[in-house]
Amino acid sequence: MTAAPTIASDARDIAIDVRGLTKSFNGREVVHDLSMQVKRGSIYGFLGPNGSGKTTTIRMLCGLLTPDRGEGTCLGFDIRTEAAKIKRRVGYMTQRFSLYQDLSVRENLEFVARLYGVPDARGAARDMIKRLGLSGREEQLAGELSGGWKQRLALGACTLPNPQLLLLDEPTAGVDPKARRDFWNEIHALAAEGLTVLVSTHYMDEAERCHEIAYIAYGYLLAHGTVDQVIAGSQLSTWVATGEGLGALAHELAGKPGVDMVAPFGTSLHVSGRDQAALEQTLAPYRKDPRQSWQHGAPSLEDVFIELMSRSKDNFQ
Amino acid sequence: MTMADSDAPKAGAPIKEPRFGFLRRSYAMLVKELIQLKRDRLTFAMTIVIPVMQLLLFGYAINTTPRHLPTAVLLQEDSDLGRSILKALENTAYFRFTREVHSVAEFDDLLLSGRVLFGVEIPRGFERAVRRGEKPAILVAADATDPVAAGSALSALGQIVQNALVHDRVAGDPANPPFEIRAHARYNPAASSRLNIVPGLVGTILTMTMLIFTALSVTREIERGTMENLLSMPITPVEVMLGKILPYVGVGFIQASLILGIGVLLFGVPLRGSLAMLALLSTLFITTNLAIGYTFSTLVQNQLQAMQASMMFFLPSILLSGFMFPFAGMPVWAQYIGECLPLTHYLRIVRAIMLKGSTLENLHYDALALLTLMLIAMTIAVTRFRRTLD
Repeated sequence: MTAAPTIASDARDIAIDVRGLTKSFNGREVVHDLSMQVKRGSIYGFLGPNGSGKTTTIRMLCGLLTPDRGEGTCLGFDIRTEAAKIKRRVGYMTQRFSLYQDLSVRENLEFVARLYGVPDARGAARDMIKRLGLSGREEQLAGELSGGWKQRLALGACTLPNPQLLLLDEPTAGVDPKARRDFWNEIHALAAEGLTVLVSTHYMDEAERCHEIAYIAYGYLLAHGTVDQVIAGSQLSTWVATGEGLGALAHELAGKPGVDMVAPFGTSLHVSGRDQAALEQTLAPYRKDPRQSWQHGAPSLEDVFIELMSRSKDNFQ
Repeated sequence: MTMADSDAPKAGAPIKEPRFGFLRRSYAMLVKELIQLKRDRLTFAMTIVIPVMQLLLFGYAINTTPRHLPTAVLLQEDSDLGRSILKALENTAYFRFTREVHSVAEFDDLLLSGRVLFGVEIPRGFERAVRRGEKPAILVAADATDPVAAGSALSALGQIVQNALVHDRVAGDPANPPFEIRAHARYNPAASSRLNIVPGLVGTILTMTMLIFTALSVTREIERGTMENLLSMPITPVEVMLGKILPYVGVGFIQASLILGIGVLLFGVPLRGSLAMLALLSTLFITTNLAIGYTFSTLVQNQLQAMQASMMFFLPSILLSGFMFPFAGMPVWAQYIGECLPLTHYLRIVRAIMLKGSTLENLHYDALALLTLMLIAMTIAVTRFRRTLD
């Protein structure tokens, strides 16, 4: 290959580089003009509500869907014309468990290993079973595994062929907290080995474990950067109230000038707005109420995302 | 509003067991099923189209007393008397002279390959022998592997001599004809229908089982969600197809051996031709059916549709292939449809090899037809197989 030097160096430190990706289904635009860059070796979190186009974007990145418009590269290969090369180097973990339920753990892994032409398929499967901590369960049918084990097996299957990039589509949906934590430790271990990971999720704590995040809603990429950058970029001001009568208070504050968002968090209430002055003016009388105590806090990532989402709903829906 | 408020159940209040609960719940299920049926447009269409199409197709095509059967003529002598007799044969409407041949070898090949059902031979010196009162014989050789197809024509032969004599005023006394017609029912002289049906069953059973094996294979991956994973891995459509077809070739081969073995041992069907040739062509037939089933699987959307498509293919295979009703008795348009079905060709092959001892030389047309159908099916399947989820 005699690629231009700039592209070669790009390809060395950028794993995903796409511009203007657009995709419609039945006349409905699911992904709109999406551009993103993911650095090699980083963990990139992909956040957004259900139906925001996360899965569609991931599928376009690995060649499972053809974008209507837009272009770009994945691991230096054109996503439109070099899907076959991308597939050899990318591990894709689907949202729904998509290994064979009627094959055993070992048989599934050997199948994947053979498909990718791993020289010693049996050995590779055996090593992966050990690494996944599935020893003793290798002859169990995949369909009989619990949710957490299924997800570990799926991760094992997509890392088995030694990919350079992992695309994980909501890998931890419906998995218990302990299994989620183990899973993320594994993802960090993989990234430390040089793997690039793009992971979509709904969980805010998971977003905070990513090196960079992107927020996508209604097919639009609304914000991206590190967690701190995204929070700062939102220009959101948040007051946290604790005390009694929060339910009634939430009802009362919603829709008042300067209040963009009211969110109950168990024993506290987050009240946020982009117009800091208007928000403080509205809150001034309530802050004198002895039943609650007020604190000016930094908005959480969740505050930022919900605000982004409700704002984008006004703009795009 | 007050009405509505008072009717609305309080939060947490259990809904009372309604009256006619059994009927209401059955009704709920019924509505759901109807909606789902309506959504599946192809299934909906098939419930209408299949019965109408099949009825019309088979109603017009099936004929158990076939006429105008393809017949070869071997004229060793060109005489007026010979012509009158041929005319009389044709007038029975059972025979249609499709080929005129000049040697016994050609005559036999046409019968062995199944391209004609009858052969008529007028021997050399026939007319002179009649005039001399030697009572010569005209040979009518029949391919009697299918007793239904050959039977009525053979039984009509008796009157032909008389007719020829009456109509064409050939010298001679009708009560004591100056020549005879010698019918020769080849390959199945006892007219045992079992000899015809058992080899036919090999093909029919294989068609049914092979189609179903592969017809569900792609839709199953889609419905179980494994297709997305498969497509994200480096495998090409041809590789998927071969991987899905090849194991069943082995299964089909075992099945074919089993049915053939039982046919020979239990039903006394002879195996006059080469076993190796039968095995080879059976494997070709098995693969063709698997390829067609696989093609269905790439064309339909779910397993129900795949089953329906298989049925839609299976019924004509039974009725228009010559398995149940004589192929030569169908109208020409139905014969064209029959030529597109692998079972038609395989029936000729399996019957010919087992009962007639035919060789590949006799059967190359049907073998090539099977090969062509297989390649067409595979081409459609590979081009229709979607590499993406678009």
